[in-house]
Amino acid sequence: MDVTAVDSGVQAEQARFDELIAADSRIEPRDWMPEAYRKTLVRQISQHAHSEIIGMQPEANWITRAPSLKRKAILMAKVQDEAGHGLYLYSAAQTLGTPRDDMTDALIAGKARYSSIFNYPTPTWADMGAIGWLVDGAAICNQVPLCRASYGPYGRAMVRICKEESFHQRQGFEILLELMNGTEAQREMAQDAVNRWYWPSLMMFGPPDDESPNSAQSMAWNIKRFTNDELRLRFVGMLVPQAEVLGITLPDPELRFDEQTGQYVIGPIDWTEFEQVLSGNGPCNAQRIQHRRQAHEDGAWVRDAAAAYASKQAARETQAA
Amino acid sequence: MTTPGTSDAETWPLWEVFVRANRGLSHVHVGSLHAPDPEMALRNARDVYTRRNEGVSIWVVPAAAITTSDPDARGAFFESPAGKNYRHASYYTKAEGVKHL
Amino acid sequence: MSKSYADHDVAPADDRAHGQVDVETLELADELAGDSGAVASVDAAEYALWLGDDALVLSQQLGWWIARAPELEEDVALGNIALDLLGHARSLLHYAGTASGRSEDDLAYWRDEPEFRSAWLFEQPNGDFAHTIVRQLFVALYLEALYSRLVASSDATLAAIAAKAVKEVAYHVDHAEHWMLRLALGTDESRRRTEVALADLWPYLDELFEDSPLIDRLGDVGDGGVAVRPSTLREPVMDAVARMLAQCELDTPTIPFASGGGRAGRHSSYLGYLLAELQVLARQHPGASW
Repeated sequence: MDVTAVDSGVQAEQARFDELIAADSRIEPRDWMPEAYRKTLVRQISQHAHSEIIGMQPEANWITRAPSLKRKAILMAKVQDEAGHGLYLYSAAQTLGTPRDDMTDALIAGKARYSSIFNYPTPTWADMGAIGWLVDGAAICNQVPLCRASYGPYGRAMVRICKEESFHQRQGFEILLELMNGTEAQREMAQDAVNRWYWPSLMMFGPPDDESPNSAQSMAWNIKRFTNDELRLRFVGMLVPQAEVLGITLPDPELRFDEQTGQYVIGPIDWTEFEQVLSGNGPCNAQRIQHRRQAHEDGAWVRDAAAAYASKQAARETQAA
Repeated sequence: MTTPGTSDAETWPLWEVFVRANRGLSHVHVGSLHAPDPEMALRNARDVYTRRNEGVSIWVVPAAAITTSDPDARGAFFESPAGKNYRHASYYTKAEGVKHL
Repeated sequence: MSKSYADHDVAPADDRAHGQVDVETLELADELAGDSGAVASVDAAEYALWLGDDALVLSQQLGWWIARAPELEEDVALGNIALDLLGHARSLLHYAGTASGRSEDDLAYWRDEPEFRSAWLFEQPNGDFAHTIVRQLFVALYLEALYSRLVASSDATLAAIAAKAVKEVAYHVDHAEHWMLRLALGTDESRRRTEVALADLWPYLDELFEDSPLIDRLGDVGDGGVAVRPSTLREPVMDAVARMLAQCELDTPTIPFASGGGRAGRHSSYLGYLLAELQVLARQHPGASW
């Protein structure tokens, strides 16, 4: 094989890829892409998909106990949407060559990552409000820019997801609004939930920029559009007036607006907690994986039955033909 | 060549989903899903992709059944149209400004 | 202790860079079917409770499957069915409540077990997926037969509720039938489980076809009345069940029917636990709104 021909072929492909990135255009499945780009995407997209699926659990926890029928319906629809989002994202990841079964196996074996925010428990109904307002709010901040991600299927899945996600944040906000306008016990429940979810939701944006090794490459590839700190502060800026409407206190005594920079300034984030939870020592890490594994194992006979029926049918049709 | 992601190893195979939102429009690819057979694929597609009245018609196709153009042959495959500008109305400048043309 | 730094709008000028998400303005259809403001008669309200409690209990059961289904696509499918049923429950309970000035939530969260009117079949536990699907087959065939007749009710609200429900329930039948075939004719294991489920749930079919003086007072839709006389459903439903079992190559069980009593407030031992879970939070905060 003529090595120079191969090299110049790859060079031409790399040049084409770089052109597309520079033009802020889309890379589509089956386009040539650097192996590292493909790997980064599979990792990021599948992590995102796993997060949606695992994220169903803390909220599904309250479906049977929702305190009104309307809230029950809304919560069911939200959790159902999350399953759907997982499906859209697994679809996008699969276009890069990784079958969904493999991704599921990795998750259950504890080898795949998902957003550590879902390793916290949901002890009260108000957590449903806090998750919708803070966690989905943070997710939206992260996700809207991803609608312009360079990888076509990912960007398109994100557009679909963002449209649906906007309902999620509103429902969370409304849950808290009702609580804050309710009884003393309800107000305490709401404030307590916000106290517990606020800092973890800020951690969702990832480590500070100066400690974030993958960010630079992802930004160069137009997979990531803004830095962690940029998004985090933008998020806080959106929350502050909303907290005012709710009458809820954000649990950061150092939070203030800096006239000179035109930005909010936040207090220090306890990154050791983040690392603990990320490395498996959070309250619910084990439970989340166990639950997913259980559902998957319990369902094996069902999946097998459907597959067996399908092959029998196919065989019947071939014979009849 | 099949659509990317097709794999023989999966318990439930991959299907591509196309949804037509309204009469008069065409089917648009919205994503994929896994199902054991065509009937379940169609029903799953309805559940996953049309919860918000997004569609009046759904097509599901096994990913393995789709033949795709080979991106490596892109140059040769799509070279012919380039340069044949006479296929585009904007080529015909002398007709500009003449009504109904 | 909230400071008013909220005066500062830091939405950056480069909103375009962050991207725009358009939330579509939509014409939203009515949330509760048939809600024309009509007030139910005491008898019609009682009948609406039969139907509404069936739907509420089943919706509660199916809700449990979300995040536990055998495949993600099925989480979504069962979620849809649960939401359809919850919609029916809300419409029916809302209507039932008009007779006594109570809301759908008053009825769902503040009645005790003896005041519920659900039939035992709906109360049977989810069990494994085979039990859930066999239960779905039975109830969906029953609901399809029921609602397709109830559309002719002389009670306009019930007729309207039935008109929406009948379309949704047709899908539930389709879903259940598809799964029955795959479970019964899939693998030896799935077949075994289906046979067990069939035997476990068979006893609870007959209660669905029991008449009562309430029905006599309301009259059957066939005579211009309000309700669907339960006994008129026995033949069409059992025929549909038999056809399905034949397709699935399953034998019709010869197990005696249980005597039930749900319509009179005598329930299976499962309902108490189900209601405890459903009602616990609301009852911890009497008078609160959510």
